[in-house]
Amino acid sequence: MNNKDLLNLIDITVSFEGFLALNKLNLNLKKGELRAVIGPNGAGKTTFLDVITGKVKPTKGEVIFKGKSLVGRKEHKIARLGVGRKFQSPRIFENLTVKENLEISVTTPKSPLNLINKSIKNEQLNEIDRLMKIVNLAQKVDSKAGSLSHGQKQWLEIAMLVGQKPDLMLVDEPVAGLTDEETDLTADLLKSLSGENTVVVIDHDMEFIRRLDSNVSVLNQGTVLCEGTMETIQKDQKVIDVYLGRPED
Amino acid sequence: MSLSKIKFDKKIVLSFWIILIALIIAAPTILPVFRLNLLGRYLSLSIVALGVDLIWGYTGLLSLGQGIFFALGGYCAAMYLQITSSSEFPNNIPEFFALYGVEKLPFFWEPFRSPVFTFFAIWIIPALVAGLIGFLVFRNRIKGVYFSILTQASLLVFFNFFNGQQKLINGTNGLKTDVTQLFGQMVGSESMQRIFFWITAILVIAAWFFAKWVVKGRFGNILIGIRDDEPRVRFTGYNPVIFKTIIFSIAGGLAGISGALYTVQSGIVSPQFMTVPFSIEMVIWVAVGGRGTLLGAILGAVFINYAKSLVSEALPASWMFIQGGLFILVVTALPEGVLGWIQGDGPRNLLQRFGLKRKIETYPSLEVNNKEGNNE
Repeated sequence: MNNKDLLNLIDITVSFEGFLALNKLNLNLKKGELRAVIGPNGAGKTTFLDVITGKVKPTKGEVIFKGKSLVGRKEHKIARLGVGRKFQSPRIFENLTVKENLEISVTTPKSPLNLINKSIKNEQLNEIDRLMKIVNLAQKVDSKAGSLSHGQKQWLEIAMLVGQKPDLMLVDEPVAGLTDEETDLTADLLKSLSGENTVVVIDHDMEFIRRLDSNVSVLNQGTVLCEGTMETIQKDQKVIDVYLGRPED
Repeated sequence: MSLSKIKFDKKIVLSFWIILIALIIAAPTILPVFRLNLLGRYLSLSIVALGVDLIWGYTGLLSLGQGIFFALGGYCAAMYLQITSSSEFPNNIPEFFALYGVEKLPFFWEPFRSPVFTFFAIWIIPALVAGLIGFLVFRNRIKGVYFSILTQASLLVFFNFFNGQQKLINGTNGLKTDVTQLFGQMVGSESMQRIFFWITAILVIAAWFFAKWVVKGRFGNILIGIRDDEPRVRFTGYNPVIFKTIIFSIAGGLAGISGALYTVQSGIVSPQFMTVPFSIEMVIWVAVGGRGTLLGAILGAVFINYAKSLVSEALPASWMFIQGGLFILVVTALPEGVLGWIQGDGPRNLLQRFGLKRKIETYPSLEVNNKEGNNE
């Protein structure tokens, strides 16, 4: 552990009635880093995000974010500390408009009193405009989010994530169901976000991960199998055995 | 659920309000006292329906225990009326105490000598009780069916408690208000009932505007967010427990006001206000009127109750069947309620089905995408 680290996962073990979803997982993230996490189904990728965001409490181990322990904190408290999450399937508020969705994400402070008493600040409205331009939804401001296409929903959720201004962005399968073109744009977007933000991307799509051009952590059976650049891990025999070497399915 | 609103012309809105206000002012002269009193009662019920709509239609909390807060408001009003009209009875306490040999007023009646205290108690006590029950339930993340069962169980607890307390609040007999005095006039008198009607009408409009203010803007959007995807709201940094507690407490306060107005117009408050069917009926009014549409809740409460009294006069035994049938019809055919159906594409779809209107052509891809989105 050193001071430049934004997040340290130390010996995280998560046991679901005896089944070890995570087994002594160790992972460190530097500030501004873009990190891809890959692994076969059931490797514990989503549980890993659940532990960081407070949805699942680790059986053992410690999560240190900006020098503070996250274990035992409530989800909304962790989110306010600066951890943002994008879910696997797009989870947006379908009955609200695109703009209302973004309002929810950029609003601070997130207290009922602020929401009912004050109207939204001008700089937050500007931020919403900026976000809508980034994800090409400016035409859809007042459309119901439920009427967007799958790709647009994915992007709206990414925009909501960015709008939260988190220090750490956890992005779960952002390109599932996207076209090749959309995938490329998403990769560029995520790359442009890192540097200022720390971004963790989870995905199966090897082409996409390669495009991110980042460090990769390979998870298998709840633990980190190997870490390094794409080239390094592609040559690693253990990785080839459990993951890359498998015939494509 | 479609929440699209029909955009009305300003002139239409203005004329709607003028007609409405004229009707409210004129109602006591047009309607016979009996009908006026019924209308006043049903209007007061629409306030509790607004609360049900806020917690169920907007926030997704199906409470089957709103009768608790409704009855609490009613009891607050009735206790004040009883105690201020008890000077001619033994020990200067309400008459019923003598039946059970009680000579001293129970302590919790004392503050109800004050009209100011009563004015606030009518809505603050139910709101506090709702807030407390709500906070404990929401903090433990009890939702969905379990929440509904828990609220119904609480209702039964209150019902049995109030039923058994003869020496405190006249138990199962309840507290009568029609022969009590308010500001020197008999509460059950015609002139008082007319005033209560006007007060009720004004409060329904006030409650409607209040509810509109609550659901407008970002606060209302968070409520809808909680209804549709609560974990997502949490991961965005909001604490749903606080939002749910606030809205449940608001609904409790509205139920209290509603109960007090209903009590003074029906002449009695009793544990019957806390029976299981009555609280379920409140949900039916909102379901039929259109949940998520505030006007639907008001119209649902008034029209169903008016229909109930008309049908019961003509065919005494059949109302329960009609009400049940109405509920089944709404759940199966009009899941968004009558007003939700009108505001959505209901009328157009119906006309299309009979070939009276051309179908709107959409791109098939759009529909496919929508389906994908909904399945996830």
